[in-house]
Amino acid sequence: MDPFLLEALLNGVLLGGVFALPALGLNLVFGVVDVVWLCYAELVMIGMYAVWFLYTQAGWPLALACAACLPLVAGLGLALHWLVVRPLLNAPPINQVLATGGVLFVLQGAATLVFKTDFRSLGVDMPPMELGDVFISGTKLIAFVAALVGAGCLWAFLKFTYVGTAIRAIARDREVMPLMGVDPRRIYLIASGVGGTLAGLAACLLVVQLDVHPFVGLSFGPITFMICVMGGLGNMLGGFIAAFLMGLIISVGGFVGNTEMSYVIAFGFFILVMFVRPQGLFAR
Amino acid sequence: MTRPVQLAIALLALAAIPLFGPPDYVLHLLITAMLTAIAGTGWAMMGRFGLVSFGHGAFFGVGAYTMALLWNLYGVTPWLGIPLGIVVAIIAGVMLGWPCFRLRVVGHYFALVTLAAGEIVRILMTALRESTGGSLGMTPNRVPVGEGLLAMQFGKAGFWWLTLACWAGGLLVWWLLDRSMSSKALAAIAEDEDAAASIGIRVTQEKLKITILSVALAALAGALTAQYRMYLSPESVSGLGISLQIVFGAIAGGMYAPLGPTIGAVLTIGLDESLRVFFGTELTGAAPFFYGILLVMFMLFLPRGIAGLLERKG
Repeated sequence: MDPFLLEALLNGVLLGGVFALPALGLNLVFGVVDVVWLCYAELVMIGMYAVWFLYTQAGWPLALACAACLPLVAGLGLALHWLVVRPLLNAPPINQVLATGGVLFVLQGAATLVFKTDFRSLGVDMPPMELGDVFISGTKLIAFVAALVGAGCLWAFLKFTYVGTAIRAIARDREVMPLMGVDPRRIYLIASGVGGTLAGLAACLLVVQLDVHPFVGLSFGPITFMICVMGGLGNMLGGFIAAFLMGLIISVGGFVGNTEMSYVIAFGFFILVMFVRPQGLFAR
Repeated sequence: MTRPVQLAIALLALAAIPLFGPPDYVLHLLITAMLTAIAGTGWAMMGRFGLVSFGHGAFFGVGAYTMALLWNLYGVTPWLGIPLGIVVAIIAGVMLGWPCFRLRVVGHYFALVTLAAGEIVRILMTALRESTGGSLGMTPNRVPVGEGLLAMQFGKAGFWWLTLACWAGGLLVWWLLDRSMSSKALAAIAEDEDAAASIGIRVTQEKLKITILSVALAALAGALTAQYRMYLSPESVSGLGISLQIVFGAIAGGMYAPLGPTIGAVLTIGLDESLRVFFGTELTGAAPFFYGILLVMFMLFLPRGIAGLLERKG
């Protein structure tokens, strides 16, 4: 096989791993609370700034900066739910979406005010690894492995803990679960916290690959929504597969044509999927 | 005095503003607000019936780029280019809307599909950089002074009259729509699509009609904005940022009243300018920060917007 095509395929898989985490977090919130966090990518952006600031400005070790980023973004997720989403739970969906769209502006504006619009780079890089004829970026590989571990932890949490079972149950049927003694408000809060934690983890993985600036969320936010919907709401495995599918489309499309066109193809593919299977590619 | 007469007087009073020789800056703000109002009015026509589009930036941009490319490459006057831009936007809107409505993509899903479509258009504008100039943007070719009328390049007063006429046209469409059976049908569809279909409402057709009107106004506003600024780039006329700004104006003013989006546009432009005046360009993040807080506040406490407030009291 052509080594360049192989490299494009491998990069697609690695890219999919990076998309997978925020898509899973968004899926969790969307599936459980039934509210789209339009500002999800901006939560990731704040997390990226936090890691950048703690590592380059405050001089913390990278691992510690990443560890601090998780609870910070989780806290943001909780605050978002408590202050904005919870009062709007019974409002029309458009009001909920627009309110979180307002938070998007707040976070972008806050980041611009504090950090200016300069591109900030962590300045961490690892030598590329050679596998046969193919070169793989070390940072991408580590991010990929961390994304897999994060997704695995999420799966175990949802599958084997009592709270996780309740979360899955609420996503299936939000009318019946309260009758079974599950307090949906508590579950919503927990799901928002877990969603925030995943955004924090995604931030740690993205900040080593991308320069952070206040509008960086717009570069991967839209595709995250699409992956989440394509996989089928509440369907974690579907979302995971959809993330790799999108990663492959973008990477191989970039190899055959150019990156911009590959994004056009990916978005077009999403629109087609919505027409043919609006419940998601892998809906049960 | 009957209501049409009152409205005609109000419109004439607005049209007379340039005759009193206001500072250029004031006129500039008024034109900018009016252009935003046209796009917001277009968006609200769909939005108030539950068709939330996050892709109106795309149509705004399609109108602008069609007009500018026709002028720069083929010398087609904007007087013809703007209607053509509207036609192209309508074609794009139908291409997206028809399958959406036919296959019943609604709610969150509709919003996300329009978001994806908006991104596609923004990326295409950047990618076709040989003619559009990519993310650097482009400027419509200037003509010598004196030949500006045909090229739609004239002073602020002329632009004020032009935008005012387009804005009044948009409101007229809204008014006519409100008095048609279509608005009743759309209200029923927004309430319950199945029930509406079961009493014989042609859901797809009605939704397409409103989409065409809405998209046309967005494209008109986009083309006029580009022509007024004499500059257009993918980021400044298209994409999620522009889409959300259009939405914000319409929501803040109130999308259920005809004048709501206009109130919202005056508010956003006023807010933008006062933040710029008070904080200077140093604090560029201040404007979106306050926008965002206001948007959240409006959703929490005043979901029908400012016009909704007036409506309750009046």
